[in-house]
Amino acid sequence: MGGFHIVVLVKPVPDPACYDRVEIDPATGVLARQGMPSVLNPSDRHALEEALALQERHGGRVTLVSMTPESSAETLREALAMGGDEAVVLSDRAFAGSDSLATARVLAAGVAKVSPFDLVLAGNESADGGTVHVPSQVGELLGVAHLANVIRLEVDADGGVRTRTRIENGYMEVEGALPMVLGVRREINTPRYTSLMGVLASLEKPIRVLGAEELGVDRARVGMEGSNMRPGKMSRPSFRRKGERVKGGPEEAAARIVGILRAEGVLG
Amino acid sequence: MTGASSTPGRKGAIWIVAEQIGGKLAAVSLEILGQALGMAREAGGREVAAVLLGKDAGGLADELASFGADKVFLADDPRMEPYRNDAHGAVLARLVAREGPEIVLFGASACGEELAPTVAARLDTGLGAHCTNLDMEGGGLLMMGVLGFGGRVHTEMFCPARRPQMASVKPGMFQPPPRTDRRGTVVREDVAALLEGEKIRLRAVKVVREAPEGVPLEGADVVVAGGFGIGGKEPWALLEELARELSGAVGCTRPALDEGWTSGEHTMIGTSGKTVRPKVYLGFGISGSPHHTVGIKDAGVIVSVNSDARAPVFESSDYCVVSDFRKFVPALIREIRKAKGGSPGEPSTVPVSK
Repeated sequence: MGGFHIVVLVKPVPDPACYDRVEIDPATGVLARQGMPSVLNPSDRHALEEALALQERHGGRVTLVSMTPESSAETLREALAMGGDEAVVLSDRAFAGSDSLATARVLAAGVAKVSPFDLVLAGNESADGGTVHVPSQVGELLGVAHLANVIRLEVDADGGVRTRTRIENGYMEVEGALPMVLGVRREINTPRYTSLMGVLASLEKPIRVLGAEELGVDRARVGMEGSNMRPGKMSRPSFRRKGERVKGGPEEAAARIVGILRAEGVLG
Repeated sequence: MTGASSTPGRKGAIWIVAEQIGGKLAAVSLEILGQALGMAREAGGREVAAVLLGKDAGGLADELASFGADKVFLADDPRMEPYRNDAHGAVLARLVAREGPEIVLFGASACGEELAPTVAARLDTGLGAHCTNLDMEGGGLLMMGVLGFGGRVHTEMFCPARRPQMASVKPGMFQPPPRTDRRGTVVREDVAALLEGEKIRLRAVKVVREAPEGVPLEGADVVVAGGFGIGGKEPWALLEELARELSGAVGCTRPALDEGWTSGEHTMIGTSGKTVRPKVYLGFGISGSPHHTVGIKDAGVIVSVNSDARAPVFESSDYCVVSDFRKFVPALIREIRKAKGGSPGEPSTVPVSK
């Protein structure tokens, strides 16, 4: 068959459209996110698109791997409707409260479980946490080359890799060879739409669920207990200001604003 | 893999990892140096050291010392330029393991946000991501303030057991320290020894940086920003005209950037963009999502213009103008020209849609 085995790391996240509704319980200081639907993390769609484009070009297999509660498995079905051959859900109560490195440890164990792999693709960051840690840390734990902020990717049939990564006011071109772990930014591509055929096909695709036992991860090294980082107080930052209404039509209001500009000494 | 010392802070030092861009120290590197020096002072005196990786970088090492670093670890070698996470990560992890600092700070630039987790994984220690504030508590415990959910939730994060405590810091959060005529100690490292046995697999073949057009957001006294409500490239030109009139910089929200109306990512303000602190910020067609608001919280005066009197942005503004920006901006430009005493001239107009 040839081609590569590409693993795409995906994460169901609370729908970013609902983040204005995030509240912190004043009594417990815990995040209340009830009623927020899960969606596939936005940049993960771009990782999956990149994997599917490579599969179309070179053949091979695409496996989705996700650390998420089993209850979010439906979001994985949604991803499989876009494409990919199968999904593996890494789910265990022991994983709850994992920081980025403990999460990377679980994901690396998941990737090892579906090995051999040639390429791991992930969204650069998650919409909820947004650390940009996971691609690099999975790469470190798997002992392979890795890059974050990838905005262009070419993979030759013999496994040569050429990338472009985003830096401030420009880009870098970085080369290497498979196996690699790459975190991709949204500008890398435009994800395809899910077709009805895709939705129907996804119903036949296997979704395996693996726990700590099957993955062979040490429970003491994952979850809250295995995390080096511990959360303390949470709060909703307040950006409230005096909110004075400037009266009058455009001319009158403009004159008032010019008065403010002058008072602040920025009129030159 | 390099093992870290798990004994808390045996030397108590605060380190910053310096980044250079085109032969100059990155602004964020000086910002984190400023914060490190401040925390060291408050703790009653701790060593503050900088690490600099590069080629022919001795001059920059002296510069870091002149900004207040007690010690500069300099890895000066052709293999340290340009940046690659494997070569840089290996050298840093080994230096940290050898010296045992209490705290290591990175600038959360594109390279820093990749290098920091690489080093944290090698050392098996905790890392706060894109921190917007830092504070050293009793016993040298570092409070790392991070924002999640697009700026809506602030969480204090800690790394209680492992050392060093590591944080990447969002650019624009702290002030650079004043430059002095001080000379610190520069420790030249043997890069070949630090890289021994390390696999370097990446090749950086090209680095392209283009100086962005227009007034940079950082350091601008006036910022004129636009959001999704601007509606197109043509009306966007009105904001650029206003900014020129005030010698200000133009900024944008994520949705305006995604629409392609702006001059690029370097103009985006917010959690995934820049933090600005102008004397006056003028916002147009912006709804007021925390994603954007986080990036302007330290602005002197915030003026918002929106045609929707109930736009959430008004709650986080000092002055609220309920108006169609297509009428208001030309009026404002006329008033500014009048106030400056020059010839009023007719500002551009764009069709006002219903």
